[in-house]
Amino acid sequence: MAMERVEGGNLIDLSPVQPAIPGTQPAYHYPPYVSSIARSPRMPLVLLPKTLTEKTGPVFGHNLVRKNDNDLTAQHEGDPLGERIFVHGRVFDEDGRPVRSALVEIWQANAAGRYRHKVDGHDAPLDPNFTGAGRVLTDANGYYFFKTIKPGAYPWGNHYNAWRPAHIHFSLFGSGILSRLVTQMYFPGDPLQPLDPIFNSVPDEAARKRLISRLDMDRTEPDYALAFAWDIVLRGRGDTPFEEARR
Amino acid sequence: MTTSAKLIPTSSQTVGPYFRIGLQYMLDRCVAAGAGTAGSIEIRGRVLDADGVGVSDAMLEFWTPGGEETLPPSTQDRDGLPGGFCRVGTDDDGNFAAKVTRPIAVPLGDGRMQAPHMLVLVFMRGLLRHLLSRVYFADEPGNAADPVLEGIPAERRGTLIAQLENHETSSYRWNVVLQGQDETVFFEW
Repeated sequence: MAMERVEGGNLIDLSPVQPAIPGTQPAYHYPPYVSSIARSPRMPLVLLPKTLTEKTGPVFGHNLVRKNDNDLTAQHEGDPLGERIFVHGRVFDEDGRPVRSALVEIWQANAAGRYRHKVDGHDAPLDPNFTGAGRVLTDANGYYFFKTIKPGAYPWGNHYNAWRPAHIHFSLFGSGILSRLVTQMYFPGDPLQPLDPIFNSVPDEAARKRLISRLDMDRTEPDYALAFAWDIVLRGRGDTPFEEARR
Repeated sequence: MTTSAKLIPTSSQTVGPYFRIGLQYMLDRCVAAGAGTAGSIEIRGRVLDADGVGVSDAMLEFWTPGGEETLPPSTQDRDGLPGGFCRVGTDDDGNFAAKVTRPIAVPLGDGRMQAPHMLVLVFMRGLLRHLLSRVYFADEPGNAADPVLEGIPAERRGTLIAQLENHETSSYRWNVVLQGQDETVFFEW
């Protein structure tokens, strides 16, 4: 580690931002996912020292999230069609500490496998009672909770007879911009997962399986909704200047 | 040192073509950075793929670090939006425009200073993991001694430097070239 002693005696860590653990993150160039071919860099990535720029990041306020923003079934006049579900879990850093006030943004297809978006040409019905967008800030335990509808599988143009397994898109901000993560949560027991190039783009099998949520009967509400639990680990180890300042 | 970490970060997956459903609400709502009011600037440019075609479904997020006194910038506007953060999307031709506070020089950490810059995160369908880049400004004299720019091969350094296009409006041009001859420098993360 490149430690340098500066005036005042504080140790300054100027070591570069560490590359991901091999196999746990997809490569940029992954030909089975055809769109990656023309949109991935070919030059080697450059190491970046971890400076103030990389150690800090946006801090989102509670006014950004309204009550019910995490209830995707309550954003219209009527109830959306489909299987009502809870999706919940905790957000941790690499040291296993909960990330509080992490902004979690989600979007998804409706129960029929159709997105409320102009470029989605799939011949499945839109649901007037479902937008498919939600957001929440994690609580002091790093906990998040959404109430939504189980998304349907849908066809896409990547290859002949290509279908995406059911998934929910997740976007997260932790502490520090390097903790930024955009990913997708999958559902247990979906036979489309082994056929999906996006899911399979993660080389390490254990890492891939961590993208799959777990049926959670403890949180399932009898006669009302199934629950799926999914924990998320963001990059970072609480070593931001903010943390150091508090010691 | 990830080797001693207890947990492995969750794998990234593409933002896909439909991200506006969930992320649109924050597009173009850019709040001034916490410290150092050096006026506002505009960054305009295009996101281009390997064939030179504009990427119509890309999202860029700009992060402007605050000065020494604001670690981290805690400024938020009434809507809870953080200072120094700006999320924009591309149009049908791959164009984007971001109005942000002009970044100020920030410490490297060892006594040296970094030239004013922003960190840029690039998301789009086809990118299984977001890309990380930096944007600097051609008219900043500090670029010549910037420790990060110094570490980049001279022939590629220019891909991180926005060119002043309109002095009156402080408008800069900076393109994101995903692949090919003028491929933008992207950083490991």
